[in-house]
Amino acid sequence: MPDARSEIFARIREALKVKAPKPHLKGDAAAGKTSAVAKPWLPEGGETAEASLTILAEQLAKLKAVLIRVPDQAAAARALAELSQAKSWKKVAYHGAPLARTAVAELGCVTWEADASFDKQGLEGCDAGVTTCEAIVAQLGSVLVSSASSGGRALSILPHVHVVVADVAQVVPDLGAALALTQARHGDTMPSMLSFITGPSRTGDIERILVLGAHGPKELYLILIG
Amino acid sequence: MADSKAIFLKDAAVNAADGDQRAFIRTALGGYYVNRDLQKARYRDWERARDAASMAKWSAVNDLANVLEKFVANFERNGGVVHWARDAEEARAIILKIADDAKAKAIVKSKCMTSEEIHLNDALEKAGYGVVESDLGEFIQQLRGEAPYHFVFPCMHVKREAISELFTKHLGTAPTNSPEELTMIARRHLRQLYIDADIGITGANFMVAETGQISITENEGNARLTAALPRIHIALSGIEKVVHKLDDLSVLLPMLATAGAGQPMTCYNTLYSGPRKKGECDGPEQFHLVLLDNARTRLLADPEQRDALHCIRCGACLNVCPIFKNIGGLAYGTTYQGPIGSVITPHLRGLKQWNHLSGASSLCGACTDACPVRIDLHHHLLHNRRNAAKESPTLFDRVFHHGFNFVIQRPWLFAAGGRIFRATLPLLQKLPLPYMGAWMKTRDLPKAPARSFRDQWNQDHA
Repeated sequence: MPDARSEIFARIREALKVKAPKPHLKGDAAAGKTSAVAKPWLPEGGETAEASLTILAEQLAKLKAVLIRVPDQAAAARALAELSQAKSWKKVAYHGAPLARTAVAELGCVTWEADASFDKQGLEGCDAGVTTCEAIVAQLGSVLVSSASSGGRALSILPHVHVVVADVAQVVPDLGAALALTQARHGDTMPSMLSFITGPSRTGDIERILVLGAHGPKELYLILIG
Repeated sequence: MADSKAIFLKDAAVNAADGDQRAFIRTALGGYYVNRDLQKARYRDWERARDAASMAKWSAVNDLANVLEKFVANFERNGGVVHWARDAEEARAIILKIADDAKAKAIVKSKCMTSEEIHLNDALEKAGYGVVESDLGEFIQQLRGEAPYHFVFPCMHVKREAISELFTKHLGTAPTNSPEELTMIARRHLRQLYIDADIGITGANFMVAETGQISITENEGNARLTAALPRIHIALSGIEKVVHKLDDLSVLLPMLATAGAGQPMTCYNTLYSGPRKKGECDGPEQFHLVLLDNARTRLLADPEQRDALHCIRCGACLNVCPIFKNIGGLAYGTTYQGPIGSVITPHLRGLKQWNHLSGASSLCGACTDACPVRIDLHHHLLHNRRNAAKESPTLFDRVFHHGFNFVIQRPWLFAAGGRIFRATLPLLQKLPLPYMGAWMKTRDLPKAPARSFRDQWNQDHA
C-alpha cells in the first residue's frame, strides 16, 4: 500500500486533471482596472502618516483599546507609572527590549524581565505584561507582536493587562504593509509566532453578548511615542 | 445511517415549531447584522474584495499539489513535523501516537471544526486522555455533551440561565445570570489547565505556502494560550486551507472577520512557523501538523463544485440562511451546518444518505450573496439534487420522468391528458391529495382555462 502522502498527492493530481472555470468576478477586477494604491477596495488605512494616525485612533476607540500618545520615552515611563498606580498593579512583567525597559523604569511595583525564564505560573500572577511590537496597523487598529519583539509567546497573552510601547514611526497604513514589512525584516527566519492583536480579548459566545477578557488580557493599552 | 433523513425531518419539524427558540436565535443574530453592515461599509469596494478573496482561494485550490508541496517544504524547514492522514481514522491514530510518545497527561484544545469532523475528543477520551475544549462556546458544548450548534458560534442557542446551571453542576460555582460573570468563571477555570497541559491542539484557518506558516483566527486568546504554554503543539487542518502568499492574508483575514462576525479583524490572528526557536524564551518544543484529506480530494475531483473547497468557514451563509434560522444547527446532524454544510456533507459522507440536505433550501440565494469567497452555494444544492437523481433515482423520479418522456413524445396523448386535467381540476380541489395537504390548506388551485395554450395558438393565429 502506498504511504498516505503519496496517495493524497496522487488523488490531488488525478482530481485536477479536469480544469475548473475561473470564478465569476463582479468588481473592477473583471474589467482589468488597476490602481496605484495597494488594494484600493479594502478598508482605508490612510495615505499620509497623519491620516493613518487618525484612522488608528478611531479604530482603537471602537475596539475598546486605550491609546496614550506621549512626546518621548520619559513621558511614556510616567504614563505607565500613573496607569500602574491607578490600577494598583503589584507585579508587572516586561520584555527585555530598550523601549519596554525604559517604560517600566518608574514603576513603583515589582517588575520582572520575563524573557529570562519560561515561568508560566509566575507570568499568570502578573497584573500586566509590557511589550514592544513589530508594527501597528492603522486600517484595522491591530498591533503586530512576535515571539521576537514581545518576550516570547506568553507575555502578550497571559498577564491580565497588555501594554504595548511603540514609536509612532511603527504605524503602517494597512495589513498588507505590515506583512510586507515583516517579510523584509525577517526574510526566511521568521519569529516562530507573529500575532495581530486587535483590541482586548473578547467573546460573544453567551447569547452573542460582548464580554471583554475571555481568556487573554481584559485591557489593552498602546503607548505611542512621538 | 439510512435514517439520517428521518432524524433530520423530525428534528427540523420540532425546532421550526419552537417559536421561542427561533425568536431567541433571531435576537442573537440581530447584533451581527448591524455590525457586519457597519464593517462592510468601511470597504471601499466589497465586491472587488470578494473577487480578490475568491481568486486567492481559486488559484491555490486549482494548483493544490504544487502549493501544498511548497508549503510542506517550508514548514519542515522551519522545524515542524508534517503528518498525512487519508481519513479520519488515520488522523486520530497519528494524534494518539504523538500523545502516547509524549506520555501526555492533560490535553487542552482550541476551537477546531476539523477535530469535530474526525471525532477526536471521543478517541482521546477512550484512550484515557483528559481533553478540555478551551473556546468558551466549545467548553459549554463539551459540558453539555452536545455537538456545536453553529461552527463559529457553537452555543448560540443556549440561554444564560442554562449555562449558569451547567457551571453550577460541573464547576460548583454560584448561579449568576450575567454573561460577564459566566465568562469569568470559565476564564478562571481554564487558566490553570493551559499551564498544566502537556499538549495543545489547534486547527488552522490558513496555511501559507510562501513562508510555511499556519494562521489561526480567534477572538478569545485561547488558541494563543494553547499554542504558547504546553510543550507540544499539534495543529490539525484540511489540505485545502493552503494559500500561495503571505499577502493573500491581507485580504482574507479582514474579510473572514467581517463576513463571519461583523468585526474589522478578529482579536487574534496568529501565524506560527514552527516550535520554539533558538533564542526564544517560550513556546512548544515540538510542532506537529496533521494534514487531512478525508474525502476533500473527492470534492476536488468535481470541477463543478470544486469552489466549495474555497470555504474559509466564516459562517456567513449560516447567519443569513432562512432554513438555518428556522430549524437550528443541531438538526442538520453534520459537522458543518447551514448551506455550506448541506453542499459539502454529501461529498464527505455520501450523497445517498445526505442528499435530503440539498432539499433543505428555499434557493433564495442569500448564502451565495453572503459568501466572501463567492462560492455558488445555492446552485451547488441544485447540482447535488441533480447528481442524486442520476446516481440513485427514487421510484417517484423514475415513474415521473419516464412517464413525462413517454407523454411528451406523443402529442395526441399530451393533448388528451390536458383535456382530462382541465375537466377534473375543480374536482381535484376538493380531494385530499397525497403529500399536498399542507400546501392546499392555505391555497386554492387556479381555475382551469377553457382552452389549452395549443388550442388558443392554433385557433387565434391560424
